[in-house]
Amino acid sequence: MKLFLSLLFRNRLAGFGAVVLGIVVLAVLATPFLPLPDPNATDTAQKFLRPGTAGHLLGTDHLGRDLLSRLLWGTRLSLAVGVAAAVMAALGGSAVGLIAGYVGGRTDNIIMRGVDMLMAFPYILLALAIVAALGPGLLNALIAVAVVNIPFFARNIRGIVVGLAHREFVEAARLSGMSHIRIMLSEILPNVVPVIVIAMSTTVGWMILETAGLSFLGLGSQPPTADLGSMLGEARAALITAPHTALVPGAMIFLIVMSINLLGDGVRDALDPRLRSGALSRPMAAALVRRNGPVPEASDDLLALQDLHTEFHAGKRVLRAVSGVSLAVKPGECLGVIGESGSGKSVTALSVMGLVASPPGVITGGAARFKGQDMIGADFETLRRLRGDRIAYIFQDPLATLHPLYKVGRQMAEAIQVHHQIGNAEARARALDLFRQVRIPNPESRLDSYPHELSGGMRQRVGIAMALANDPDVIIADEPTTALDVTVQAQILSLLDDLRRERGLAIVFITHDFGVVAQLCDRVAVMYAGRIVEEGPTMAVLEAPAHPYTRRLIACVPELGGGRRELAAIPGLPPAVDALPPGCAFAPRCDKAQEACRAGDIALEGASPRRVRCIFPEEAIA
Amino acid sequence: MGRYILRRLISAIPVLLGITVIVFAIMSLIPGDPATAILGAYATPENVARINRDLGLDQPAIQRYFIWLGNMLTGEFGRSYSLNRPVLDEILDRFGATLILAGTAFVLCAVLGVLAGVISASRQYGWADKAITFAVIIGISIPSFFLGMLMILIFAVRLKWLPVSGMYAIYGGGGLGDLLTHLIMPAFALAVVATGVVAWLSRGAMLEVLRQDYIRTARAKGVPERRVLMGHALRAAMVSIIPVLGLQAGFVLSGAVYIETVFQWPGIGRMLVDAILKRDLLLVQGGVVFVAAIYVLFNIAVDVAQSMLDPRIKT
Ligand code: SF4
Repeated sequence: MKLFLSLLFRNRLAGFGAVVLGIVVLAVLATPFLPLPDPNATDTAQKFLRPGTAGHLLGTDHLGRDLLSRLLWGTRLSLAVGVAAAVMAALGGSAVGLIAGYVGGRTDNIIMRGVDMLMAFPYILLALAIVAALGPGLLNALIAVAVVNIPFFARNIRGIVVGLAHREFVEAARLSGMSHIRIMLSEILPNVVPVIVIAMSTTVGWMILETAGLSFLGLGSQPPTADLGSMLGEARAALITAPHTALVPGAMIFLIVMSINLLGDGVRDALDPRLRSGALSRPMAAALVRRNGPVPEASDDLLALQDLHTEFHAGKRVLRAVSGVSLAVKPGECLGVIGESGSGKSVTALSVMGLVASPPGVITGGAARFKGQDMIGADFETLRRLRGDRIAYIFQDPLATLHPLYKVGRQMAEAIQVHHQIGNAEARARALDLFRQVRIPNPESRLDSYPHELSGGMRQRVGIAMALANDPDVIIADEPTTALDVTVQAQILSLLDDLRRERGLAIVFITHDFGVVAQLCDRVAVMYAGRIVEEGPTMAVLEAPAHPYTRRLIACVPELGGGRRELAAIPGLPPAVDALPPGCAFAPRCDKAQEACRAGDIALEGASPRRVRCIFPEEAIA
Repeated sequence: MGRYILRRLISAIPVLLGITVIVFAIMSLIPGDPATAILGAYATPENVARINRDLGLDQPAIQRYFIWLGNMLTGEFGRSYSLNRPVLDEILDRFGATLILAGTAFVLCAVLGVLAGVISASRQYGWADKAITFAVIIGISIPSFFLGMLMILIFAVRLKWLPVSGMYAIYGGGGLGDLLTHLIMPAFALAVVATGVVAWLSRGAMLEVLRQDYIRTARAKGVPERRVLMGHALRAAMVSIIPVLGLQAGFVLSGAVYIETVFQWPGIGRMLVDAILKRDLLLVQGGVVFVAAIYVLFNIAVDVAQSMLDPRIKT
């Protein structure tokens, strides 16, 4: 609760709403005790006095009645009516929802059909019909507004109750012979009360507005009693000659509704865990770059990552996803980057072209060079021209990574057309050609399929074809075969291997699977907790792993090329990258760990290309 | 597609019937003798006898409902006693005016709302986002009837740019230009709340979509950012924005009741309010059923639009 309140008030607007609403509520509670004139005392000699007149702070209306007094009494009435309507709607709606959700079956069906019918009306029509039948009057307006809002509550509450009705504690209560009514009231109701309260807090503003609206139309409170709506309605006749009579009640309705809305929003936000974690942020076109420290010198590799640092900033927490990774590939070479999920391998891959979701991601150091040109410091247009043209990505899970609403042929064509000025027909022909190259059967008709109409393997081929669209120099493949079954996986891997040989492509292959690495990669880098812990030619690493972590990873592979494997076989979990122990990050899971391992930073030692980050390596490396 | 539309139309039949049942049930809440209630001040003995005969008011409720339903299906909505003309004629006369007003407001809220939402989402936490958020907070909190009065005070009375009220000038009016000058204020006043809601939900939908993997794919392909936003992201966001637009149509129709009153717009909303105040119940009943039916049909159009946009919906 304290956390909730502090979250609520951290949201300044919600705090503002709370204060305004608090003042209004205090004022109307105090109204009967204030030295105010009778709100209904008419004095036509004093009509339409301007605000600020002695004795009438806000002036008078068309019958010479004191506006301040009428405003406060009217606000009192409007608030009371709005809240009463909200309570009635909540009670009625919750009862309906509770019964429908708990009883289920036909009853539920019939009730919810009725609710749907009620929701088929624009809300005011229903309210008007009810007022028409019952006759104008404040009580009838209140009933109308309450009834109109019942379906909203009924639907929300039912949704939750349906989920609860078959939970163990309810079953247990039923077995113990409790009556249905008691179960509903004592077992289920307490669980839905918070939802009811939230729904009320978000609708009470509406209800005040709606009842005021009906009064404004002359269908609610009848003279001489006035709520804010009927004050505004009466002021309409003299709008031009005495605008203050309209501005006073209008501004009050506005203030009340706004403060309730702000407060309601604040309540919802404070209860929404996604907002707190920053998960509702939109990733920008390119990752934020805030490099502290010098930019490393250029090398002569095709693609080189140099001392890359990428962090995630979530509130005060800083997660060091990648800390000081250096990698390089030459034309026609395939480099495997391997590690468990959370090791930073994907973030490393995405950092190359500034594709790390940002916020919360920030690249804080290092360089990513393509033919010597640093892309991390490059302006967006330079980066964009390289993306997909010289350096292309293949992602995991193509169902999520292909746009669901565009035909795959169109997505292919677009990949070409954003880099080459060619017509649609030519782009389509080229897409068809690429589909053939990645061996998609019936390529012609596949062009006009949507992603959801293709199988997983076909989708992944589309992803590969799209990456090849502009004949890139480098492909970064982030677990492209994880979601596929073994046969398809093998086909895709051999396809990539062929392409590499035919076109001289450089491939960076991100995976958690040593079996895949063994099939495809010339060299491999093993990542743990955001750093490279071992690297070397694939065969050398496979035959004589030097780092205890690598050895375990390899031991997890039952048989090379044998399909999906889980790395959970390594005891312990990878560390959270914001709570790294000093010294070797693997120490808590390492059976060779000693005092020295936890003392301080351990360097990546050895002569390139074979290096390891361990004080007591399994094998001496040359 | 044609078959899908047909299916949706058929599925609307029970909803339309449900609407008539609900309206009928509400109207039977009227205390006392229905004939006198319907006729109100016009309850002369011969009128009572005639209405009892026409509507079968002396019969049991079920029969009365079917007589009423049958009459409506043949276009016989009864006679307005306060206006002394057939209810349907009055409704059809008034509906055009409401359609112009609500239709304009709906287009405004859809276009401006989605645009504001996209801008807001693409500049999240930037000044444009903050300005739009602020405007949205104001917009959804200001009662449309009060906003209408404010606009009259500012634009008609103070600045004298626009006429105070009505649909056409009383003298010498009638052209399209005249209609437009009369339409601007009520249409905007009516659109403001809905625009705020649409903007807010579009912003949310865009933010949600921009986090998706396929947006990252588009960026990885090197698609220019404007196209990522207005093409890839907006297209996907529309899937969740369109149902919101359908709901907003209901709010726009509802708001029209207030706005037509404020601006003396000769539409169906004002007709309903006048009819209630004069206790012309047949006019109310007919008007409510008519507008509700239009709204149901409109929502079918929304569903069809949705299915055209999203190939994953089975048609
Ligand atoms: S440095 Fe020590 S703890 Fe770390 S892997 Fe090597 S032996 Fe294990």
